[in-house]
Amino acid sequence: MEKDTKAFQRVYTKLFQLTKATVSLNARGIGNDELAIVDGRLSQVVKIMGDMVTLQIFGGTEGIATNAEVIFAGKAPTLKVGDDLAGRFFNAYGEPIEGGEIMGQEREIGGPSVNPVRRKQPSEFIPTGIAGIDLNNALVTGQKIPFFADPDQPYNQVMAMVALRAKADKIILAGMGLTRDDYLYFKNVFDNAGALDRIVGFINTTEDPPVERLLVPDMALSAAEYFAEEKKEKVLVLLTDMTLYSDALSIVSNRMDQIPSKDSMPGSLYSDLARLYEKAVQFPDGGSITIIAVTTLSGGDITHAVPDNTGYITEGQLFLRKDSDIGKVIVDPFRSLSRLKQLVIGKKTREDHPQVMNAAVRLYADAANAKTKQENGFDLTDYDERTLEFAKEYADKLLAIDVNIDTDAMLETAYGLFEKHFKPEEVGIKQDFVDKYWEKNSE
Amino acid sequence: MNTIGNVTGIVANLVIVETEGTTAQNEICYIKHRDTRLMAEVIKVVGNKSYIQVFESTRGLKVGTEVEFMGHMLEATLGPGILSKNFDGLQNDLNKMEGVFLKRGQYTEPLDMDKAFKFKAIAKKGDKVVAGSWLGEVKENWIRHKIMVPFKFSGEYTVKSMKGAGEYKPEETIAVLTDKDGKDHEVTMVQKWPVKVPIKSYKSKPRPFRIMETGIRVMDTLNPMAEGGTGFIPGPFGSGKTVLQHNLSKNAEADLVVVAACGERANEVVELFTEFPELEDPRSGRKLMERTTIIANTSNMPVAAREASVYTAMTIAEYYRAMGLKVLLLADSTSRWAQALREMSNRMEELPGPDGFPMDLSAIIANFYARAGFVYLPNDETGSITFIGTVSPAGGNLKEPVTESTKKVARAFYALSQQRADSKRYPAIDPIDSYSKYLEYTEIAEYLNENIAENWTDSVFKAKDILLRGKEAYEQINILGDDGVPLDYHIRYWKSELIDFVILQQDAFDKVDASTSLERQNYMLQKTLEIVDKSFSFDSFEHVGPYFKRLINALKQMNYSEYGSDQFKKNEKGLEKILKEQRPEKEKEEVKA
Repeated sequence: MEKDTKAFQRVYTKLFQLTKATVSLNARGIGNDELAIVDGRLSQVVKIMGDMVTLQIFGGTEGIATNAEVIFAGKAPTLKVGDDLAGRFFNAYGEPIEGGEIMGQEREIGGPSVNPVRRKQPSEFIPTGIAGIDLNNALVTGQKIPFFADPDQPYNQVMAMVALRAKADKIILAGMGLTRDDYLYFKNVFDNAGALDRIVGFINTTEDPPVERLLVPDMALSAAEYFAEEKKEKVLVLLTDMTLYSDALSIVSNRMDQIPSKDSMPGSLYSDLARLYEKAVQFPDGGSITIIAVTTLSGGDITHAVPDNTGYITEGQLFLRKDSDIGKVIVDPFRSLSRLKQLVIGKKTREDHPQVMNAAVRLYADAANAKTKQENGFDLTDYDERTLEFAKEYADKLLAIDVNIDTDAMLETAYGLFEKHFKPEEVGIKQDFVDKYWEKNSE
Repeated sequence: MNTIGNVTGIVANLVIVETEGTTAQNEICYIKHRDTRLMAEVIKVVGNKSYIQVFESTRGLKVGTEVEFMGHMLEATLGPGILSKNFDGLQNDLNKMEGVFLKRGQYTEPLDMDKAFKFKAIAKKGDKVVAGSWLGEVKENWIRHKIMVPFKFSGEYTVKSMKGAGEYKPEETIAVLTDKDGKDHEVTMVQKWPVKVPIKSYKSKPRPFRIMETGIRVMDTLNPMAEGGTGFIPGPFGSGKTVLQHNLSKNAEADLVVVAACGERANEVVELFTEFPELEDPRSGRKLMERTTIIANTSNMPVAAREASVYTAMTIAEYYRAMGLKVLLLADSTSRWAQALREMSNRMEELPGPDGFPMDLSAIIANFYARAGFVYLPNDETGSITFIGTVSPAGGNLKEPVTESTKKVARAFYALSQQRADSKRYPAIDPIDSYSKYLEYTEIAEYLNENIAENWTDSVFKAKDILLRGKEAYEQINILGDDGVPLDYHIRYWKSELIDFVILQQDAFDKVDASTSLERQNYMLQKTLEIVDKSFSFDSFEHVGPYFKRLINALKQMNYSEYGSDQFKKNEKGLEKILKEQRPEKEKEEVKA
């Protein structure tokens, strides 16, 4: 970033208000959202009232004096984009972490949205090999979907696995409040997979000031737009962790004396999150941006403002849960949902996919009821017993995150389990499919 | 002469403008930012300061920038050619916008002013007319689009001259009207109307007295929607609100459908854009898009325009209602609109009401719902707007301001239940919590019994009763255990499951099952109730579930096959066979006894 003072830029040195995140001064001719450097730190205009300009300092205001030097950049935050980005990691300001320069064009971050009539309906299936995703919650290019997970669950590992198997042209990692360990983990995994040249990272670790995080997803999505729109590439953006991003939003809104809404979050949380997630898009000419995010929960509570608003914005959510019966982490079939799966399942995959998926989940639900009965000390019926056996195998062979098979194999596995434990009328799928696939399997 | 002012303050999309001239509440103004003009609306005036909400991003905007006030409120342009269009919240034609990304300050003409329409006069020279009277008609897609006396006209006018049949462009004069002072007014096919003001050019607004068929069994059969009625669908995310609304827009028996996609996902709107031009209207056989207008303000579009979008949609619906058409208006989701109000109220530092929403939220929602309704027009023809809005309650908790305010005004309540959604019982409308006040209207009950079946409402209440009793039985079984309750409880529970699986649950993605005619709904309801009326006997509770599952399976196969087809009859025979199994068993028991 250009930090040198240019001849025509006016320098201000009189701040009359300092808070933990903002400074105010008198200045004229300043544009809304404009960038400024305060005592060498990057900041952005958030409020103008007559001559008074309020700046939000991303790195925090510790040590800034009332006579600090303020230089306005005359433009909104930008990112230099080019093929040069590939294989590198950047900080929240879009500066390479390991030093060096980026050659490329400057692109304003947080730019305008795509005209909905110019979008294409997502229709390309993204196989991941994980049956809990492919069979029950198939992902589609141009989709936006978060993992809802408690902090102790291996969401970053699953996300890295999905990213590597997804056959994307570029994987853009936006790390917000990422621990240094997880940052190095991502780097390692991508490196070991020989995928480093497809990766672009924008990283704010727990060592960096929290407000800086606010720039990270915009930086990552601007880079994504460059590759998807201009290069017509299939881009996968990983946002982790959006709860920590929202925390940064609430810090800023709190410092600006805004009235907090539910869970101390700003009233504009829905719009703030939607602005980012809606960058997911399928362009008509082949390029696409798919967003996989992480929203950490506290004790599985999805009614908290962050997961709640996220759920209304994203096209579904993926829940991870430890299944104590098999001792593995599974993709929870009840609480997980991919809203775009209808666009591909049974169309890009085998025709009976939707019915098999629903039947298996329904039987798994019956097993859950049977389990409750069992726990309450009631006798189980023969059917109950069979659903419990089915559930165990279903979790192990299909829901567990260590499964890696193609969708046809998933369907065959499901029929195998149906036949082993049930009669066709108990499974309740269309007779046509029973005739066609059930018989075939028992041979 | 328009009032001119200058920007003195900017906080996100709230801008403060100082001006010496006159400004009005809700007046539209334009900020001259560099070479673009950004549209905004006055939302508060204090002394010489006007607070305006900008419908666009304010990035780069500077203090001192000139603002021009236009002297009118936000207006919709009404005329032939609205149908099949995709508008944004401010009624810009999205298809006319250049480029992949929306450019700030780009506004496009809602109608195609160069397109000529085949016009035929209805009124004659000398006729007395009032606002909303039909002067003539043009063909728009398949509907006969009425050209009306502009709604802004007041009092009685005399038709001085009418254009003869022929092809005219929307802005050409088609009639000259003389007011009572003898002054002449030229009327074209296009008129403008402020979106926040209801169009009231109708004679009377009676209570709704007939239902709007939706093809969705859990609605039509259990909780019918009245034509001209209001309803709302609250539900946590993932409970199928949008799928249900899309299904309504596909299958409802309306002349035309206005969809306000308000602050929702862009890909959902794209689904409408992609599928509606292809899908067929099950009633007319025409493409769905021919009867649909979409107002899209997706969640990443400017927040202020989100509020405008629902009003724009309602105004367009009112315009078509005035032509004597049956309009279905869908808004997804009204919560996003309320949130837009909250964001603005917050920026203006107003004292907040519950959950930070503005204090007058309830009144705003009530006024909006009140614009729907069934009306008699000046010429005694009828028209209607049936309005169904979705609500996205925070945390799925129905005790929040938007849901509560809506519940006070909407007459039908379709509660989506997370539990039903989790167990994939779609549409996840809870049969016990949901209600339709219309079922209690004597007019509606008479209509139903006359048009569907003699004892229809009795059957419906009976089905509801069975569902409730089944739920109670289920709770008892859960508390006391399978063998801790009389066998009868199991049968009662499974009878309710039968109704649940066969009537309530419906596969929105299956060609046949997606929409069910009233005739078929009646057939299936009577069939199901017949089974429920039978007395069953089982040796043990263990046999109840499996037996009923076979019944359910047979009935579901009927749902999946074309009504009256050979397949349907075959499945029905299969059902009868299963039913016959009961008798010998019963006789067996009697012998034993």
